[in-house]
Amino acid sequence: MATTVYKTSPYNRISRQLADYAASGLSILSTVLVVAPLVAIFLYLVYKGAGSLNLAFFTQVPKPVGESGGGMANAIFGSAVLLLIGSVVGVPIGIAGGIFLAEFGRGSRLANAVRFTADVLNGVPSIVMGISVYSLIVLPQKHFSALSGGVALGIMMIPTITRTTEEMLLMVPNSIREAALGLGVPNWRSVLAISLRTASPGVITGCMLAFARVAGETAPLLFTAFGNQFWSADLNQPIAALPLQIFVYAISPYDEWHRLAWAGALVLIVLIVVSVALVRYVTSRGVLKGAS
Amino acid sequence: MGAGIQVTELNAWYGANHTLHDVNLNMPANNATALIGPSGCGKSTFVRCLNRMHETNPVARVTGKVMIDDMDIYNDVSAVEVRRRVGMVFQRPNPFPTMSIYDNVVSGLRLNGFRNRRVMDEVVERSLKDAALFDEVKDDLKKKSGASLSGGQQQRLCIARALAVDPEVLLMDEPASALDPVSTAKIEDLIFQLKTQYTIVIVTHNMQQAARVAENTGFFLNGKMIEFDATHKIFTNPSDKRTEDYITGRFG
Repeated sequence: MATTVYKTSPYNRISRQLADYAASGLSILSTVLVVAPLVAIFLYLVYKGAGSLNLAFFTQVPKPVGESGGGMANAIFGSAVLLLIGSVVGVPIGIAGGIFLAEFGRGSRLANAVRFTADVLNGVPSIVMGISVYSLIVLPQKHFSALSGGVALGIMMIPTITRTTEEMLLMVPNSIREAALGLGVPNWRSVLAISLRTASPGVITGCMLAFARVAGETAPLLFTAFGNQFWSADLNQPIAALPLQIFVYAISPYDEWHRLAWAGALVLIVLIVVSVALVRYVTSRGVLKGAS
Repeated sequence: MGAGIQVTELNAWYGANHTLHDVNLNMPANNATALIGPSGCGKSTFVRCLNRMHETNPVARVTGKVMIDDMDIYNDVSAVEVRRRVGMVFQRPNPFPTMSIYDNVVSGLRLNGFRNRRVMDEVVERSLKDAALFDEVKDDLKKKSGASLSGGQQQRLCIARALAVDPEVLLMDEPASALDPVSTAKIEDLIFQLKTQYTIVIVTHNMQQAARVAENTGFFLNGKMIEFDATHKIFTNPSDKRTEDYITGRFG
């Protein structure tokens, strides 16, 4: 058999170098294309909205038409309340659903039905979610409320959380489950303390995705939380929310309100980024050296 | 103290696949018993029947009787109770990746609701010493993840974790097959130490290993136990032709 001699001719070297540059260039270009819209939106919001941000924006409620000034304190607070209710509803149900799909119902007919339902629910337009909650909670109660708005957001969070939790649990190696069962740990306990804990970084990411998605939702709040020009902390009363307030101000004919809408959009996006970063920071502390 | 194991007419299936046929076996307390045989012969299935891990597979089924001391593990107690008394070390090291070394060792206690810190400190030190790992990790017990150790150290950590719940029997399913020779030697030394306190059943592909650590050896082939005898008898003067063929390397 002839021995193959590997030679690097100058021509080969140059063509490989070119291919390398081309591949690197393409991946850098793609990265820029992915990041560019976010950066562009953010910069535009800063350009349009930063000028209207002042202390009053965070401390005052909206002023009547014609009076200048005023802020969105009630909307910021209202969004926080709605998202809190949404998380309280959506996170436990979503995670429990994911646990069922990955650990207890694997391959069963019920699990397939649940998975299918979750995927369909994920594709349901948010306005439809609003109408559903309107007829389920608002109509029987006979008034709009923060509670119904929060529930609408919570239901919207469930499918994303369920499916990511399932995916993350399926990535936990079976050997880890066997280790726990082999120690005489009951199955339910192994699922919670071992599988879920091992999958927790991914599960938290799923929760944050769902949170960030519903934080900007307007449609499901239109006829549930309804919006409120005044300060309200009553869960049984209509409550303001940033996306609603932005919507109302943006379609109004007043320049002053347009500027406030831009500022509101800027605040909304910053709040989402900050809360996601905060959760990531808090949950990443206490991770040990060498843990994957 | 270890406990003797008596297996009568054990049969096991995975779905329609009959993987163990009428196994009868008597393993004395505080001895190491080695199980040898070619891949797929049913040795792993057999040890997984001894702590009822076999049934964690939804299509698996088992019949027969397994007595550990005077406890009938399929009729007298729950699977969870059996596994507390029969520890297991798996082929690949499987420490819990999110837990520190310390938490890995006490995981069996903690997950069963045990909370006494002082006792847990003692258990960690004793188990890691028994597993010949303490000196290598004593400064990083709570700082480092179990997954940050080397493969050999991880396997000894898994042994320490199994010992921490104070079992009577320790099942080892090819515990050294994923390890280098130095780590393997450490695990073998360890088995020598451990059998003074526990009954050990070790599955191995390595016949020298069986010869080194075990008093008795069983040879499995195609789901049947062909021969069970004192280790030196199996390796020097087996009574079955198939055993002889296997240990002399004619197949498998």
